[in-house]
Amino acid sequence: MVKVKVNDIEVDAGPKDNCILAARKAGVEIPHYCWHESLSVVASCRMCLVEVGETKPDGTVAMGPKLVPGCQTPIKEGTVIRTDSPKVKAAQQMTLELLLLNHPLDCSICDQAGECYLQDYTYKYGKAHSRLDEPKLQRMDKYHIGDQIALFTDRCVMCTRCVRFTREISGTAELQVVARGSHEEIDVFPEEPCNNKLAGNVVDLCPVGALCSKDFLYKKRVWWLKQAESVCTGCSTGCSISIDQNENKVYRLRPRPNPEAQGHFMCDEGRFGFKYIHDERRLSFPKLSAALASGIESQRKTTSANFAPDLNFADLWPTALTKARQKIQDAIKADPSGFIAVFSPFMTVEEAYLLAKFIKGIHEKARLVLGPIPSLGADDKYPKGPKGESPADGKVKFTIRAEKCPNRLGVEAVLKHFEGSVVRIESIAQRPNAHAWYIVGGYASGWVTEAIDKAVGTPSLLIVQDIFPSPLSERADIVLAAGSFAERDGTYVNHAGLAQSANAAIRAPGEARADGRILMELAGRTGLFNAMALRKEIGSAVPELSVLASGDLGDQGVRLVRFAKQAAAAAT
Amino acid sequence: MSDSEFKPVLLGRVGRPDSQTLASYRADGGYEALAKALKMANTEVIDVVKASGLRGRGGAGFPTGLKWTFLPKDVNGPIYLCINGDESEPGTFNNRVLIEEDPHQVLEGIVISSFATRSTTAYFYLRYEYGRCYRVLKQAIDEMYANNLLGKNILGSGYDLDIYLHRGACAYICGEETGLIESLEGKRAWPRIKPPFPAIEGAFRRPTVVNNVETMACIPHIMKRGPEWFQTMGIPKDANNPRDAGSYGPKLYCISGHVNKPGLVELPMGITARELIDKHAGGVWKGRSAKAVIPGGISMGFMSSAELDTPLDFNGPGRVGCLGLGTAAVVVIDDHTSMVDVLYNACRFFAHESCGQCTPCREGTAWSTKILERIREGRGKLSDIDTLLEISSSIGTIPGTTICGLADGAAWPIKTAINKFRGEFEEYIKSGRRSESPVLAGAH
Ligand SMILES: Cc1cc2nc3c(=O)[nH]c(=O)nc-3n(C[C@H](O)[C@H](O)[C@H](O)COP(=O)(O)O)c2cc1C
Ligand code: SF4
Ligand code: SF4
Ligand code: SF4
Ligand code: FES
Repeated sequence: MVKVKVNDIEVDAGPKDNCILAARKAGVEIPHYCWHESLSVVASCRMCLVEVGETKPDGTVAMGPKLVPGCQTPIKEGTVIRTDSPKVKAAQQMTLELLLLNHPLDCSICDQAGECYLQDYTYKYGKAHSRLDEPKLQRMDKYHIGDQIALFTDRCVMCTRCVRFTREISGTAELQVVARGSHEEIDVFPEEPCNNKLAGNVVDLCPVGALCSKDFLYKKRVWWLKQAESVCTGCSTGCSISIDQNENKVYRLRPRPNPEAQGHFMCDEGRFGFKYIHDERRLSFPKLSAALASGIESQRKTTSANFAPDLNFADLWPTALTKARQKIQDAIKADPSGFIAVFSPFMTVEEAYLLAKFIKGIHEKARLVLGPIPSLGADDKYPKGPKGESPADGKVKFTIRAEKCPNRLGVEAVLKHFEGSVVRIESIAQRPNAHAWYIVGGYASGWVTEAIDKAVGTPSLLIVQDIFPSPLSERADIVLAAGSFAERDGTYVNHAGLAQSANAAIRAPGEARADGRILMELAGRTGLFNAMALRKEIGSAVPELSVLASGDLGDQGVRLVRFAKQAAAAAT
Repeated sequence: MSDSEFKPVLLGRVGRPDSQTLASYRADGGYEALAKALKMANTEVIDVVKASGLRGRGGAGFPTGLKWTFLPKDVNGPIYLCINGDESEPGTFNNRVLIEEDPHQVLEGIVISSFATRSTTAYFYLRYEYGRCYRVLKQAIDEMYANNLLGKNILGSGYDLDIYLHRGACAYICGEETGLIESLEGKRAWPRIKPPFPAIEGAFRRPTVVNNVETMACIPHIMKRGPEWFQTMGIPKDANNPRDAGSYGPKLYCISGHVNKPGLVELPMGITARELIDKHAGGVWKGRSAKAVIPGGISMGFMSSAELDTPLDFNGPGRVGCLGLGTAAVVVIDDHTSMVDVLYNACRFFAHESCGQCTPCREGTAWSTKILERIREGRGKLSDIDTLLEISSSIGTIPGTTICGLADGAAWPIKTAINKFRGEFEEYIKSGRRSESPVLAGAH
């Protein structure tokens, strides 16, 4: 730690901090465009100019004669930073006036409005009018710059963050600066659009409305969006994300910076892959087979396929869950080891715990099995080399993992605790020896393979908790319509043992319910589902998950002890 | 030494038959300095150059020997010497003459300097437009390889050196030393932020020295005739200013603009602009008088007619508000020429050549050009003058708002034109006149 002074505020800063970071620790904002923590320093936008001085041994302060870029200037013990002097303010005003010279100021139709650093800084540090009397430069917009991204050329402030991203993080180097001086533009080579698997990040990196996501374009004003902090469930990297929703509809996912998880970015598969949550084929009501539903008094008839025939709307869930609990108990008591509960790696730790505890509470011989772990190809590592090759170990800046689920490790920890070991469904599929099944899905797409379908067969009891119809749900006795990742609170443990908490952003569609709520009621537990309270319980019950005991995992998550030890050993 | 006693040093062989050939260069004592240097320790060579007081001729006037000592002491792996032959400062053509007429003088300087800096590879970055220079240099380098003056074990000394001739990327900014390095690496010539300075991390992120062609040409003479000889020419250190490094040695002055006899002359450092024009350039043309003189390339700004007795050494132009001596390219502007037009031309050049990285330079140079364009269309406002001044005072490395000195070079013509000729700008704007006259020669 080094002591520095920012506008007379003393603060302890990190020895490697630049002025921007040091000032941030003192609660002082140094406006900046080109600098980004994950990219190289170019110090070209000159938005971050500050005055810097040093404290002499006799205590006097000697300020440097020039303005310096706060992003490029390191600090040391006794550094003095001024961001509020007349000189700094004049420079900030000038930089903003210059940036606005050729800016179209079309905020009213710009997607970035509301989260634009040109708007915000102009408001905070700029002046109200421009002295430009000449016509502004006008350039062609470039919708072709990428399949997912459009460039509104005139709005660009030439910070080159996007260019550096494609060079330094994706390694694919599609984006370039062409021409010179004020005629400069961002561009791609002909027929070489920016379509790498991380391309969507340039939209987040762009401090203004120059690079926009075509998927989100003109869909929603950002000030109507509400954020929920969550975790991407696309792969076992488990990127920290923000789910941006309005009126129960998710409009976009954005990465939430988390050095413990993925850093600043996320991949396009994760970013744009959430659409299935609004698919109209989603299961939206619990369903009972005709046999189970008969005998229940009917007050209203419906013809919808999603409704159990002859069942009162309001009675759906209580009936389904009461029946399910009863049937499970009966089946286990009749033949404990003939009962199999299949756990999905899309379940949260809390859900897995609730289900495991419930089942084992009925009879310890009932079996818990891990469902299929979706996997695709090999881990995809960035930055790519010039020929598309993977980076050397130690140079990896981002990995899209082959394991396409968020919580194998978390669910396995629960299974190990309750079952003693992790039994994969594939290993028992040949001879399951089961007469009753409770199967949890929650996968983003069809997951019931022929082998699983065959293994389950037509047992005496089949209960399915899932979000999409499947061959299993078609013939299930009870279908519990569950929640997608955007609808669930809970904990995921990523590939590196990082337990992160996710928060629900929206409600499940129709009468569907988040899995935690289903399982609380199924298990007959009192009270509402509360991830925090459950984490405390799990933390003391399951040694491998002891770090959950605090309940609050913060916004960066907590590493399981075993992995924290590994990381510490690797560091030394 | 007075001017009349002065015998050209750097241009001494210019105009001789076959002055470009190795044979003629050797006949005149060429490569003796190299042989002498190769028998010394490299640090001794640096000491000689340091003692001579030689300052870089590329524009900034940085002491050459001192620059060489910034290289790290213990280096594993290569050190590079880059020769800056990008010569793009308007009005400047001394590198061109040196290369075209006496390439071996420059090349000998390069081999000695490479030896002194422990470089075994030198890159000669040559302005692309200099086609003749390229051919002459290529031939001279071939001759050197054939005669053991390059390659392995030069003159039996055990010292190895390769020189690569690299043609530039056709932009003014390629002459800025870190822009040059980026361009050499095959990238856009975007100047780098410093630190790290090239001596620590330059070409290919290796320790690197960048020196101008004329600087190189001085080296063999210093080695041969000694540092004391070099100090017999020029203006000595100011005894009252400990930071002054003096302005020693011969200097090439490129004279152009409205004079009767434009051209390249070599004189001891420190001649005044007036003497240069009257004695060496045949006076201002058409019987007119000079309104303004650019002392060292357009980036240095303007001297007014009242300032013509300023000595053109490293300190003189600064004393009259100019940025410095620059490249000693003296451009004379006669009293029939409008300063509005001249300034417009200067601004247009910098707007065209700004590499575009830094906001203040990219936008400031373009904006000032637009303002002057409007003034020349008869639509100026008096407030434009202060806006121009404000732009000029807020761009550049001197206020600290840009990465490289191009922006300072763009600011100084504006500052000096307006401060020294404000009345003319006001009169022009008030008259609502439109400029019919074509602007001066093109921006390239
Ligand atoms: C915009 C700009 C353009 C420059 N162009 C040249 C050039 O064409 N040739 C040159 O030798 N130096 C040029 N310089 C100066 C170089 O950066 C550098 O100082 C010089 O090459 C060092 O050589 P010296 O020490 O021998 O003078 C330029 C500087 C700036 C800021
Ligand atoms: S498009 Fe955006 S990120 Fe890229 S240079 Fe322009 S402003 Fe910066
Ligand atoms: S890398 Fe994995 S976790 Fe991260 S965004 Fe992509 S799919 Fe989601
Ligand atoms: S000052 Fe101008 S030329 Fe120099 S790096 Fe900045 S934008 Fe480029
Ligand atoms: S953030 Fe420092 S110059 Fe751009």
